[in-house]
Amino acid sequence: MTSSSISPALAKGAQKPRRTKTFAAQRRAVLLFIAPFAVLFLAFYAIPIVFAVVQSLLTVEREGTFGAPQEVFGGFVQYQQVFQNTEFWRSVGRVVLFGVVQVPIMLGLALLFALLLDSPLLKGKKFFRLAFFAPYAVPGVIAAIMWGFLYSPTLSPFGLITSEVNVLSAELVLWAIANVVTWVYVGYNMLIIYSSLLAIPTEIYEAAKLDGASNIQIAWRIKIPLVVPAIILTGVFSIIGTLQLLAEPQTLRSFSSAISSTFTPNLAVYTTASVPNYHLAAAFSVVLALATFILSFVFLKATQRKVSQ
Amino acid sequence: MSAAAAAPVSTRKSVRRGNAPRGPRHSIMSRTGAMLIMGVFTLYFLTPIWWLLVSSTKTGGQITGTAPLWFTMESIPTFFSNIGRLFTYSDGVFGRWLLNSAIYAGLGALLGTIIAAMCGYALAKYEFKGREAIFNIVLSGVLVPATALALPLFLIFSEVKLTNTLWAVFLPSLVSPFGVYLARIYAAASVPGELLEAARLDGSGEIRTFFTVSTRLMAPALVTIFLFQFVAIWNNFFLPLIMLRDQTLFPVTLGLYAWNSQISQIPELRVLVIVGALVSILPLIAAFLALQRFWSSGLGAGSVK
Repeated sequence: MTSSSISPALAKGAQKPRRTKTFAAQRRAVLLFIAPFAVLFLAFYAIPIVFAVVQSLLTVEREGTFGAPQEVFGGFVQYQQVFQNTEFWRSVGRVVLFGVVQVPIMLGLALLFALLLDSPLLKGKKFFRLAFFAPYAVPGVIAAIMWGFLYSPTLSPFGLITSEVNVLSAELVLWAIANVVTWVYVGYNMLIIYSSLLAIPTEIYEAAKLDGASNIQIAWRIKIPLVVPAIILTGVFSIIGTLQLLAEPQTLRSFSSAISSTFTPNLAVYTTASVPNYHLAAAFSVVLALATFILSFVFLKATQRKVSQ
Repeated sequence: MSAAAAAPVSTRKSVRRGNAPRGPRHSIMSRTGAMLIMGVFTLYFLTPIWWLLVSSTKTGGQITGTAPLWFTMESIPTFFSNIGRLFTYSDGVFGRWLLNSAIYAGLGALLGTIIAAMCGYALAKYEFKGREAIFNIVLSGVLVPATALALPLFLIFSEVKLTNTLWAVFLPSLVSPFGVYLARIYAAASVPGELLEAARLDGSGEIRTFFTVSTRLMAPALVTIFLFQFVAIWNNFFLPLIMLRDQTLFPVTLGLYAWNSQISQIPELRVLVIVGALVSILPLIAAFLALQRFWSSGLGAGSVK
């Protein structure tokens, strides 16, 4: 499965230019097609990354207490600070814990819903698909505002629960955020998995069915293995999303005092940048981007190996 | 990257089997179980939105004082007066925010989709030196979190004195490596090479062929790319948060966030935040409904045989 669905695409893409005359025209066309994206990618992706690295290697020095501040090359001074910054690492630990719990729950639910949508057991599939996907249309900030009201003991329609258990307390607020994220993204992940289920030709099941396999057996033995690539894709995006958590906790801060200004790594970046200590904030950003990149890369590689085994 | 197989909307040709005859053997038990699970979660997904809808028809006092999940006798007039206050409060800045969001997300995603489509198409349909290298760079771009770019972008834009302008949010939003990645997969699957050869023999230029023939074949995919990018920009919070000071430039999410954080000082804002949240999610829900057939089904039936 892993390679089967991409290789035909690549094969189609690789057509040999037959005439030299059209070859030049094609080269011009390629240049024209790629240039706009390349320019924008350079300006707003590549250069900022380089710039962040450069900034993170600088430090501010003053001559005497009242001297004018001067930016000088500081080597890994900022990174030393990053590694000594317990607040930052606590925030990293927090999102890792968040990811370890929330991502499997979210993807598990998404897979379950996708399988149910794909099964003959349900009526009104269109409705469910839409109802479950609707929260994806709600931006993180607004979802957090909504749930913030729903969590607060005085406003909530679930007053019975929220007046007993304060979900915005220091112990629970991380899971209150996890609920908001899950609410928004389950439907989206469900759709990705569902559309890859739809792409499986039915004939594959027919034989199993004739042999008397149950729906659960078909789901477990045939469908799930075939949609593993889709699950991996959703997994990578979820990992990236988790490490980047910002909008939801930042918004919920006005509902809960338990969310500190360095609750997640990105909040730490924002807080440090507002000080303003751009050099340290840049170093945070670089570390965070690298960690994200490495984690999702490792996840991809690890799952790929499992798939091919 | 094996995830290639799992583009959000399948491009593979497949026989839809929705109503394929399946034995009536499924027991009532499992049918009821399945419906029950889906029913419970429907409540989970829709209750908050329902609450938002109901609350936006109430006055500040009624939100806490009346049944939270049902309307009051004066719901309809209250709703309209809330809407009126929403759009007049603080010189009608809310309308401005909606417009800004439409520019950032609507125009941004439109241009971004065209740019990504051209690049992905070139990567799929032409052979040239450095093709794989470019594609790999784009792929690593997918894995670079957008929020990690917000701070350096702010520093760069402040060097050229462009922070706190529309451009500071608009321009970076145009870049979508994921869009390029999808466009490449879709182009490879839905634009047959023979067709391009035929167009060449007919004397059609490469660019013209792209805009007249290929984009048409890729149309469903382009809608998907547009939607994903639209949502990504609409939801983007860090970039405007860090770039913008002037509240007339805010997108609607940042505006509501700002209002929400002032509720403790100005309690009347609570109603406006609730109504504003409702108004701001309606366009997206409408867009999803209208474009449902594009994102929901396997776009599949590409024209490749």
